Amino acid sequence: MARFTRGFAGRGADRDPRLPPGQYDAGQTWPVLTAEATPRLSPSTYTFGIEGLVARPTTWTWDELHALPPSTYSGDIHCVTTWSKLGITFTGVSVDTLLEAAGGPLPAATHTVATSHTGYTTNVPLPDVTGGKAWVVWEVDGEPLPTEHGGPVRMIVPHLYFWKSAKWVATLTLLDHDQPGFWEVNGYHDVGDPWTEQRYQGD
Amino acid sequence: MTDTLPRKGWQMAKVLGSKPETAHARTFRLSLPGRIPHLAGQHYVIRLTAPDGYTASRSYSIASAPDPSDEFEITVERLEEGEVSTFLHDVVEPGDELEVRGPIGKFFVWDGDSPALLVGGGSGVVPLMAMLRHARRLGKSDIVRIVVSVRSPDDLLFADELPGPDATVVHTRMAPADGSRPPGRIGLADLAPAVAAVGPDARVFVCGSAGFCDAATDLLRQAGVPVERIRVERFGPTG
Repeated sequence: MARFTRGFAGRGADRDPRLPPGQYDAGQTWPVLTAEATPRLSPSTYTFGIEGLVARPTTWTWDELHALPPSTYSGDIHCVTTWSKLGITFTGVSVDTLLEAAGGPLPAATHTVATSHTGYTTNVPLPDVTGGKAWVVWEVDGEPLPTEHGGPVRMIVPHLYFWKSAKWVATLTLLDHDQPGFWEVNGYHDVGDPWTEQRYQGD
Repeated sequence: MTDTLPRKGWQMAKVLGSKPETAHARTFRLSLPGRIPHLAGQHYVIRLTAPDGYTASRSYSIASAPDPSDEFEITVERLEEGEVSTFLHDVVEPGDELEVRGPIGKFFVWDGDSPALLVGGGSGVVPLMAMLRHARRLGKSDIVRIVVSVRSPDDLLFADELPGPDATVVHTRMAPADGSRPPGRIGLADLAPAVAAVGPDARVFVCGSAGFCDAATDLLRQAGVPVERIRVERFGPTG
């Protein structure tokens, strides 16, 4: 049982039920969290690939991605640094669609690693990027995705803490084992469920 | 794998005291018996818990140099909408206990040994100050340079320790009366001497708002710093 803090009343009574524990509503702001310098990538040379344990490893150009059936996520995102952004819409293509186009995961596949054009990596269990839970996106609220938020193209896995949603995504690699990424090696959680506060390894 | 983890999870730290750095920032000295010694650049998470179980937590950079003692300092800017920073500024008193977790972070950390360039905007100077103090304490000021950008002299944190032979302060809106540099955004001319002083093998640490960090990293690239040498910590509008 957590000890309460002297003099802290909190905001319990009027708390938005869409906010996971320990999160606050960032409102109209969208904080930027990146450990690297922001890269300057051009859509004309951008590529995204699905690699590893799939039937047909495949790479798409910007135009090829746009030719796939589009998909939209409308909902909330949650950053481990405790801000949440409620009611945001991303447009792109579902990871399900991409996996299908790549012939589907091989039976041995259990985990994925998303890698950015900057070298950033993050690991996500395969069941957390399939079944309508993850997207590769290039629009936010109807506008092109800004560079500082991962444009031209990023991944989103919105039911997990947002560091699992790789900016400037280059590849999604399917593996038969869990392979911790950039923040995970630095002590953050391998899954990252905001509703159970899986912030750090051991949570 | 877990070597950066706050292995002990949440712990109760005692507030020993606090002091103002500027009109909007205070430094808090905390005691955490048996704590894991921190590295320069790391942070602690502070968690407030209301009687009904509601919690709010934020990360705060450690300002004090690494040392083996039970005590450390965080410097906190008071944000009007920040439920944790306003609580720390307005409510917390010496003797209070605060729930903390840390120290956390391995990426934005100076090892105390290799050449380093530190570039901070506003309160982004806090983790860099831990690095600078570490360097000065180790007698390694020759391999470290810091460049700090602030709006006016009144906004400069740690003003009694900055500037110095290893430190440059750039004012964006209002400069001091000595007339050495007119007010203006940080530019190549502000960074180039520091880039040259630390040499091509230096690690570069940039901390501040997202806008500051992007502007500073673009300038550093123009100054010839390879992008993979740059590590960035962006402060969002969190509080």
